[in-house]
Amino acid sequence: MGIQTPNGFNRDNSGKRIVVDPVTRIEGHMRVEVNVDADNVIRNAVSSGTMWRGIEVILKDRDPRDAWAFTERICGVCTGTHALTSVRAVENALGITIPENANSIRNLMQLALQVHDHVVHFYHLHALDWVDLVSALSADPRATSTLAQSISSWPLSSPGYFKDLQTRLKKFFESGQLGPFKNGYWGSKAYKLPPEANLMAVAHYLEALDFQKEIVKIQTIFGGKNPHPNWLVGGVPSPINVDGTGAVGAINIERLNLISSIIDRLIEFNEQVYLPDVAAIGSFYKDWLYGGGLSGKSVLSYGDVPEHANDYSSKSLKLPRGAIINGNLSEVLPVDHANPGEIQEFVVHSWYKYPDETKGLHPWDGVTEPNYVLGPNAKGTKTAIEQLDEGGKYSWIKAPRWRGHAMEVGPLARWVVGYAQNKAEFKDPVDKFLKDMDLPLSALFSTLGRTAARALESVWAGRQMRYFQDKLVANIKAGDSSTANVDKWKPESWPKEAKGFGFTEAPRGALAHWIKIKETKIDNYQCVVPTTWNGSPRDPQGNIGAFEASLMNTPMVNPEQPLEILRTIHSFDPCLACSTHVMSPDGQEMASVKVR
Amino acid sequence: MGAATETFYSVIRRQGITRRSFHKFCSLTATSLGLGPLGASRIANALETKPRVPVIWMHGLECTCCSESFIRSAHPLVKDAVLSMISLDYDGTIMAAAGHQAEAILEETRAKHKGQYILAVEGNPPLNEGGMFCIDGGKPFVEKLKMVAEDAMAIIAWGACASWGCVQAAKPNPTQATPIDKVIANKPIIKVPGCPPIAEVMTGVITFITTFGKLPELDRQGRPKMFYAQRIHDKCYRRSHFDAGQFVEEWDDEAARKGYCLYKMGCKGPTTYNACSTVRWNGGVSFPIQSGHGCIGCSEDGFWDKGSFYDRLTNIKQFGIEKNADQIGMMAAGAVGAAVAAHAAVTAVKRLAGKREDAHHTS
Repeated sequence: MGIQTPNGFNRDNSGKRIVVDPVTRIEGHMRVEVNVDADNVIRNAVSSGTMWRGIEVILKDRDPRDAWAFTERICGVCTGTHALTSVRAVENALGITIPENANSIRNLMQLALQVHDHVVHFYHLHALDWVDLVSALSADPRATSTLAQSISSWPLSSPGYFKDLQTRLKKFFESGQLGPFKNGYWGSKAYKLPPEANLMAVAHYLEALDFQKEIVKIQTIFGGKNPHPNWLVGGVPSPINVDGTGAVGAINIERLNLISSIIDRLIEFNEQVYLPDVAAIGSFYKDWLYGGGLSGKSVLSYGDVPEHANDYSSKSLKLPRGAIINGNLSEVLPVDHANPGEIQEFVVHSWYKYPDETKGLHPWDGVTEPNYVLGPNAKGTKTAIEQLDEGGKYSWIKAPRWRGHAMEVGPLARWVVGYAQNKAEFKDPVDKFLKDMDLPLSALFSTLGRTAARALESVWAGRQMRYFQDKLVANIKAGDSSTANVDKWKPESWPKEAKGFGFTEAPRGALAHWIKIKETKIDNYQCVVPTTWNGSPRDPQGNIGAFEASLMNTPMVNPEQPLEILRTIHSFDPCLACSTHVMSPDGQEMASVKVR
Repeated sequence: MGAATETFYSVIRRQGITRRSFHKFCSLTATSLGLGPLGASRIANALETKPRVPVIWMHGLECTCCSESFIRSAHPLVKDAVLSMISLDYDGTIMAAAGHQAEAILEETRAKHKGQYILAVEGNPPLNEGGMFCIDGGKPFVEKLKMVAEDAMAIIAWGACASWGCVQAAKPNPTQATPIDKVIANKPIIKVPGCPPIAEVMTGVITFITTFGKLPELDRQGRPKMFYAQRIHDKCYRRSHFDAGQFVEEWDDEAARKGYCLYKMGCKGPTTYNACSTVRWNGGVSFPIQSGHGCIGCSEDGFWDKGSFYDRLTNIKQFGIEKNADQIGMMAAGAVGAAVAAHAAVTAVKRLAGKREDAHHTS
């Protein structure tokens, strides 16, 4: 029974169908449908992106120097990362270099986002998949304190602290108004933490909520606001003036001190709260190692955080670059964004139309014509979907493939690539984490592994921020205060036609933008984003994407309560506003959409 | 800490609101909902006995920057707002429940708190393709939005998306993304524009309602006057450089390092109504102009389609006079999208011209 997919999954949609819509605690709109067998094990998974905004269409004929602001609005959760990708794409197309200080500042902004995003993801979007809030009410505050002090030297750990918190929680629950915690899956057998671990986690949920707003102040200092700080083609907008008239309005010693103190605090939070929490919670879920999906087979990382300004080679990138296919960790393959045969997008199961849907298209030559049709076996109507037909079109997300392979991207993909490259800064923390947990390497390829990789990466990012802050200060000390290169600011200095690409590692994974510029305006803009990779529907060969693969073969405690589905989908930190917005090479065909 | 079980009424009484003004708030709310005097006493009774005002927070086409901004609030802390000031019963971004369990909450809140909940909307509905460019629970988001709006006490339009349309509504607006006041009629809608709005402005609007027991006073465009009545330019700390004719001419030039005015780099502060230069961002750390980039005007209607962010506001041909936010609101409401930009740009040019003529002029 069932159909074997080329990428090695046996899917069978004969069992009971379960629909989760909306999937909550994610960015954007998403739907998941699964079939479970008689033992409530997931045997078929269908993930659908349920929104489309068309930002690249809107970018056509705009000033390329403005593109960062438009693309930044693709996502307010990973705010800034699209803007960074965009300024890199424009600089790549026009041959613009940036000063060393701008590189350090951009890295600081991008790394601050990584830490912020990872912390908020774990505590506010993901923790309730592991933590039973109601169970925390019956915890012994003294035992909670003992537990907390046994795993970390974090000072907020006294019995009184946990007792106060528990009292507040009790009052909250007794009020009968449970707010965002209403109808949660409290009491489910899928929750495995003792009450004390639950109470500790709830305390850190609230502490992280207080603290996250501090992390982003680094983006505010350089970019003026967060979410959505300001960026600049050719450098960064914030000038440096440490010792002259008007220094008070520029990056000066007070600003540098503020950045430094935030870095100290976030390193402390990562290392004393976040990572110990993930290890402590994980230790109760060691027998729940589902959700690996594609992570042990095919992973992709573009790399990011250049050591040197304008050097985007693998050697310069501190986050690793490369692709692994067919589970062969002994070979990390090089990735080329400009090679038309590597990254291609397919639409046979997406709500778009290609002249020939058996073929994929490279982003520089992408085509997008919305084509909202349901497959013949869908249930309901076009505006009241009861069940999708995965045999037909079923998602606003396209299906990107690397050399024909469905790939997983994200923190786990990055760390697997770094591990496979034998880089000590990735390999050692993974080995230590697994050893402390008494788990084999294979355990890394799981929902829990994805969640752990994110925590390890947050720790790594905090340390890198210290490094780049020191580098920035050293460079200023050496007499270089330059933050922007304006040689090619004026469009008159640009060639008639140009094309380029820019890439980053967004918190959720590999992100790239491709741009074509003609007569100083955007002729063509295309983004392939992390959730397009992870949330992709099937391709013409029938390969399933990372979300769908990760749900396969997971047993559910109670199919009426989609806790396991949420746990695994959340481990990717989906961003649907990011994934569902593709472009048209010529804005003409969009006119047909408008008149519908 | 004990605030968790306080009622809306006890919270506002503690903050000095008289019983009389509390009832006035209730009857005004009832009137705006078309509920009549019986409705007013029902609302009053509910607010006196119901612990916290239920809030339903819905997401259409958006990027979630408004939610992200909201959780940045320094005063009040967002945990206190959510645990002790309001009851955030439905918000897809943070709620524990999903799927059927989430949908059930919407149904319950609508039924149980009819006419007594606040609907906060982030993002907007697309109307093309039968609304299916934004699908929620298998159906068009716009249907769900209209349904929940029907029984709301008041509606908050968070950010530029819900207020004006924002980026997905920029030309050619392929999905026909539409601001919420175009699909919801006969309800008070408080527009809190910005991409995103400032965190403390967002929590400020909500706590204003719970503290003073009334909806904030709005300008003609539906924005709270307390935060949106003045231009960023009016309160900008670099204004003296504008008045003195001291401008940044190029990124990272000497003038930029000295913190001169960014007007010539395309700053839209002179035409943008928002609190950035006073409240500032992220607990008062900075705001765009302070960090060296011009304002891009993200709280203004249609700011994506007013030329490049680096175009100087001098690209205008006619002359105008000083106007206040209300008057400009009328102009904008008259579908003269560029009028705001044009008028204030003229103001800036005039000031600039005047400055050159009279070096001793002080304003």
